[in-house]
Amino acid sequence: MASATVARRTDLGEPIKGPSALAGDFRRTLTLTTAIAKNDFKLRFFGSVLGYLWQLMRPLMLFGVLYLMFAVIFKVSTEPSFGVALLLGIVLYTFFAEATAGAVTCVMDRENLVRKIHFPRLVIPMAVVLVATFNLGLNLIVVFIFALANGIAPSLSWLGLIPLLLLLIVFAAGLAMLLAALYVRYRDVEPIWDVVLQLTFYGSLILVPYEVVRRASELGASALVANPLAAILQEARHLVVDPSYASAANALGSPTLLLVPLALVTATFALGLWVFNREAPRIAELL
Amino acid sequence: MQEQPDRPPAVTVEHVSKSFKTPTEARHTLKERVLHPLRGRGERAFEALKDLSFTVEEGEFFGIVGRNGSGKSTLLKCLAGIYSVDEGRMWRRGRMSTFIELGVGFNPDLAAYDNVVLNGIMMGLTPTEAKARYARIIEFAELEEFQDLKLKNYSSGMHVRLAFSVAIQVDADVLLIDEVLAVGDAAFQQKCFDVFHRMREEGKTILFVTHDMGTVNRFCDRAMLLDHGAMVAIGDPRTVGDHYLELNFAVQAGTQPHQVGERAGDGSARIVDAWLEDHYGLRRAQFLSGTRNIFHAVVEFDETEEDPSLTVAFRNEHHQNVLVVSTLIDNREIGTFHAGDVVHFAVSFDNVLAPGRYEPIANLSHAGEGHDLIDRWENQLSIIVRALHPSGGVVDVPHEWKIEHGTLDTPAPFVESTA
Repeated sequence: MASATVARRTDLGEPIKGPSALAGDFRRTLTLTTAIAKNDFKLRFFGSVLGYLWQLMRPLMLFGVLYLMFAVIFKVSTEPSFGVALLLGIVLYTFFAEATAGAVTCVMDRENLVRKIHFPRLVIPMAVVLVATFNLGLNLIVVFIFALANGIAPSLSWLGLIPLLLLLIVFAAGLAMLLAALYVRYRDVEPIWDVVLQLTFYGSLILVPYEVVRRASELGASALVANPLAAILQEARHLVVDPSYASAANALGSPTLLLVPLALVTATFALGLWVFNREAPRIAELL
Repeated sequence: MQEQPDRPPAVTVEHVSKSFKTPTEARHTLKERVLHPLRGRGERAFEALKDLSFTVEEGEFFGIVGRNGSGKSTLLKCLAGIYSVDEGRMWRRGRMSTFIELGVGFNPDLAAYDNVVLNGIMMGLTPTEAKARYARIIEFAELEEFQDLKLKNYSSGMHVRLAFSVAIQVDADVLLIDEVLAVGDAAFQQKCFDVFHRMREEGKTILFVTHDMGTVNRFCDRAMLLDHGAMVAIGDPRTVGDHYLELNFAVQAGTQPHQVGERAGDGSARIVDAWLEDHYGLRRAQFLSGTRNIFHAVVEFDETEEDPSLTVAFRNEHHQNVLVVSTLIDNREIGTFHAGDVVHFAVSFDNVLAPGRYEPIANLSHAGEGHDLIDRWENQLSIIVRALHPSGGVVDVPHEWKIEHGTLDTPAPFVESTA
């Protein structure tokens, strides 16, 4: 009797499930994310006459102003590599800010899609992160050109940047999922995240290098490096700009302490995925 | 619709319920949540779907009808997997595609190619499939000359054509369609229906949501009527259509819907008797095609009525109105009738019906366009039309042939064009 029912159930075909983060199809999620990100990128690239230049203008302007103030006027650092270190920091931060701030409203921005088509919901925040990643790639080319122009010789240690960037992308993706899901329920996530991003800018050793902060407080400087963004940036400077920049492990005080930013990245990603997955079925109704 | 008892249904819905929770006090921010953690916990549940169970057979054109807010679109969104259901389960056999809105996600700043590929992928194609079908899509939309333009430079008609072409290129076994056809001109709508028909002939299953009973009568094999989230009727489109009309009139008059078998209309007058006479003036149920027949109706008025209309339709076995005569068309001002009046209507007509079985139906309506029904006389009489010769069409009009031998230059044979 029971088995007869089961047989009948399988005959009925696939069960229709409601919306979810992945919709049980990882491959489709991936294809869709790429397709949406490609179109978005194309729009920005070819959207105006100067296209990509405008995109580049923001980090470059910020860099110009800060460099003038801190290296020329206040002479925070007299290192010749300060400019490259600053630009690298700004470019990594720009990626982080673009990916996370863009993700906050992304589900709302694509309301029409969410309410009318069945597709893996995760695609939306992931596409935002992917577009930011494309931009990061292009911005990094400028950083490398600038580094070469400043007499920094290319070295194999530059390859170490790849796992660092992956880690950064995972961190940003985790936050993107978390913020996108929270914004659907709480609209003030947007201004709150604005403030957090500003704090992050000053709290991630972008402007004032670790070496300068350490002169004021060694513990404070180490504590800042516990922030994943700062740790990634510190390590990137060590590998790309100048080995005289302390590596993340040295800045933290011990290699074991590297586990703190790593754990933060993992926890953020896991939390983001969990929250987004939990909210995904109801997103279309809550909009 | 042939029976396929050995094949399981294409779509199965079992005890599906869905409600939306609307908070009595909207709290959209964290601040409100933190400042007033206890306030506004109340939630009102709005039941959009109540315990629905039905199946749709493979290859069926299934209509889902209901007035605004009856839950039909919610049902479609649940079936499409856009909303999750609270209770119950649903199954589908084969790939499913949803047309809730055409061209969802089209970006006005991109050209046709990018939009078509993205839209195709969204609807379930792989990128390779989407790219391979681009040429066919643009051809069907008749937009070859305009494919390099950005979409914002398209006219709305071109936009719709492109979107529709993408939608039908997605090979699905089950199609969910939500009044997509409300857009576009009559010619485009016809094109849409032609495509749906072709798809049905290919054995695809179509679930079609609409509030237009006419469309359901024309295209659906079976239909379901929803009201306030519950199923009111399911079955043959004509029966469902009658329920739908009753439901609409019930709302207008503020009364309960009629039970099956009761007369439609508000009943302020009644068609007490109606019959058909043959060319000898005899009341009969069998008629000869090509003769002149007379339809009689006797109406008793209970209230004063100004310029009501009487419409007589002959419906064939496929539920098509083959022949319709109406005072709405011939003479709108038929006068004022008072309570207690008994009025005899008679209309004579040439019986051009092809041989077959027909049901005469008479609708008595208040002044206007004939929608505001007073009484309907139906299911009372079934007539048979016979002919001395067979006919291939639905009507059989008097005609004459002339065939002559000759050369290419010979003038066409002369046929009398007026009777």
